[in-house]
Amino acid sequence: MFHWLEKHPFLFAVGVFLTIAFAGLVTLLPSFAQTSRPIIGTKPYSTLELAGRHVYIKNSCNACHSQLVRPFKAETDRYGHYSLSGEYAYDRPFLWGSKRTGPDLMRVGNYRTTEWHENHMMNPAAIVPNSIMPGYAWMFKNLADIDTAYAEQLTVAGVFGVPYNKAVPMKDGSSEVVKMGKTVEEARALALAEAKVVAADMKNQDVKDMVAQGKIPEIVAIIAYLNSLK
Amino acid sequence: MENRPLEYDYTVAKWFMFASIALGIVGMVIGVFIAFELAFPSLNLVLGQGLAEYTNFSRLRPLHTDAVAFGFTLSGIFATWYYVGQRVLKVSMAESKFLMFIGKLHFFLYIIGVTAVVISLFMGVTTSKEYAEFEWPIDIAIVIVWVLWGISLFGLIGIRREKSLYISVWYYIAAFLGVAMLYLFNNMEVPTYFASGGIGAWYHSVSAYAGTNDAAVQWWYGHNAVAFVFTVPIIAMIYYFLPKESGQAIYSYKLSLLSFWGLMFVYLWAGGHHLLFSTVPDWIQTMGSVFSVILILPSWGSAINMLLTLKGEWQQVASSPMIKFLLLASTFYMFSTLEGPVQAVKSVNAIAHFTDWIPGHVHDGTLGWVAFMIIASTLHMTPRIFKREIYSKSLLTAQFWIQTLGIVFYFTSMWIAGITQGMMWRSHDEYGNLAYSFMDTVNVLHPYYTLRGIGGLLFVVGVFMWAYNIIKSASARPVEESELHSASPMGA
Repeated sequence: MFHWLEKHPFLFAVGVFLTIAFAGLVTLLPSFAQTSRPIIGTKPYSTLELAGRHVYIKNSCNACHSQLVRPFKAETDRYGHYSLSGEYAYDRPFLWGSKRTGPDLMRVGNYRTTEWHENHMMNPAAIVPNSIMPGYAWMFKNLADIDTAYAEQLTVAGVFGVPYNKAVPMKDGSSEVVKMGKTVEEARALALAEAKVVAADMKNQDVKDMVAQGKIPEIVAIIAYLNSLK
Repeated sequence: MENRPLEYDYTVAKWFMFASIALGIVGMVIGVFIAFELAFPSLNLVLGQGLAEYTNFSRLRPLHTDAVAFGFTLSGIFATWYYVGQRVLKVSMAESKFLMFIGKLHFFLYIIGVTAVVISLFMGVTTSKEYAEFEWPIDIAIVIVWVLWGISLFGLIGIRREKSLYISVWYYIAAFLGVAMLYLFNNMEVPTYFASGGIGAWYHSVSAYAGTNDAAVQWWYGHNAVAFVFTVPIIAMIYYFLPKESGQAIYSYKLSLLSFWGLMFVYLWAGGHHLLFSTVPDWIQTMGSVFSVILILPSWGSAINMLLTLKGEWQQVASSPMIKFLLLASTFYMFSTLEGPVQAVKSVNAIAHFTDWIPGHVHDGTLGWVAFMIIASTLHMTPRIFKREIYSKSLLTAQFWIQTLGIVFYFTSMWIAGITQGMMWRSHDEYGNLAYSFMDTVNVLHPYYTLRGIGGLLFVVGVFMWAYNIIKSASARPVEESELHSASPMGA
């Protein structure tokens, strides 16, 4: 049979394809619907948080930091509750990472402050002696791309039904609404209002001035994102 | 006329060979640089604060992985296809104007694609998914390049004289189909500019899968990109170049059948081992572990077939640097296909995952197996493409030992680093508190990071020797009367 197949390239290729496609069909398809449901307390990202997430991706923070707490005592002691599938329901793409050159950031919002991030991102070794993380000074100058973040919100709300402007149940029984602008101008205004809250806790005068002028530097967006990781 | 030997046309093979050398140098120099950045973080500012964004570890890391995987390796694969394909199918590219055109177009679009990738990754335009960082416009370009390769591949098969497909061709066909399937499904994404009616960056997209599903698809892709870029087409190379170089026939046809179909079926299940103890369903994780161990069988099947091909001819290992490369490549293939399954066992993975043992494993496979095979293949092709003997055999032998030493430095330092860090992360003191802060586990790695950088540097020195040897062979030595037909004179 194999000798015959080796003389018939088309059928050979079909045979190979069926053999390699089989595992994907069996392992990937059945679990799709179940695992993407959010748990109570998981809410979509706000415009500024999403812009911050883009800054995180742009600089490949995920090359060195994981966002996945494994169910071991050493990990829950260090990083908090182990990860649950539903917590990632609004993560497109997922940012679990594959290497912990630096610590996990899944719940960094629980134990680091805006001011800590501000100083640390400028010069990590000044805050954590011997840290091998590079500084990210350009984030204090480059502006965050709010428009693209808003375009992504519109996309995921429209295509995947992500609940923006809808009540989302929280752990304490209350509910919260994550607002999304109706127009790009409204989205920019919402992001700026959020940025002002973050900038109020910061010390860098240039950043404060920029936000006061209605500009949002990348550092403000990424801190908003990191603070949202809980 | 009928009895005249075929004149093969190696134009496209030659171009891809030089692309492989150039991109190999770029990718590996970046690799060594970022390795030293981890040991000496001040290197992140080597060009000053103004350019720090572009010399930063985090920007360069995806550039390194993509340049070596999709630059060096892929063009090496294409170079060998455009050489091996003609010879095992007994048909010349020169016989078909159409295939010649497609081959050249394939090369030019590939180079344009590579350029776009380099620029976009420097700019930080990335989807963040490992080995699939490219945004949708580049994804489309990559699909076109891949389809062109498919036309070349099946076009040449379509006009072949030798009716039975040689083992190498099976593997090239599998590489083509595997990457096509994986790449398409992993890169399902929605361009936000069009979905939102023209807002924001035109090139931005959002993944069609969320969270855990996204991870499951990505590592089905990520693991099997290793299968169909770093394993399958490299096996295609060794099935051709080892018998040619040694003058020995393949040891067992049946073993090659078993290994091929076994590898095709088993490999695709193993992606789950990248997600052990994560939030993907347990049964997928367990399948990943179990099939990783089963994967030893087809992997070792190929490797043993290669080693036994040298049966009775072991003196060639001592006399020929080419056989040294080919032999050590199959040995490293055995070694890393044993190491991988060990890391995929859940209890080992609990320690190894997220540590430097993983890049250690990747590099003994990619440096010892993939790079050695590409280097050996191009060195076998060079005398036949340029009709000149290899410039310097002693330079080649020196390169072999320098690179082997580099690989040993690399994986031993990363083993120690990985296991040390993994054990420190999980240790508790007598009161049940964590014994070490995260920084303790970073400080301890400094000597190993330095050693790894030195290992990488040695390997890159070898890569420059390789480039020099090929360029010198192509330009400096007198032309041979006719193409070399049997095993290299080097082996004699």
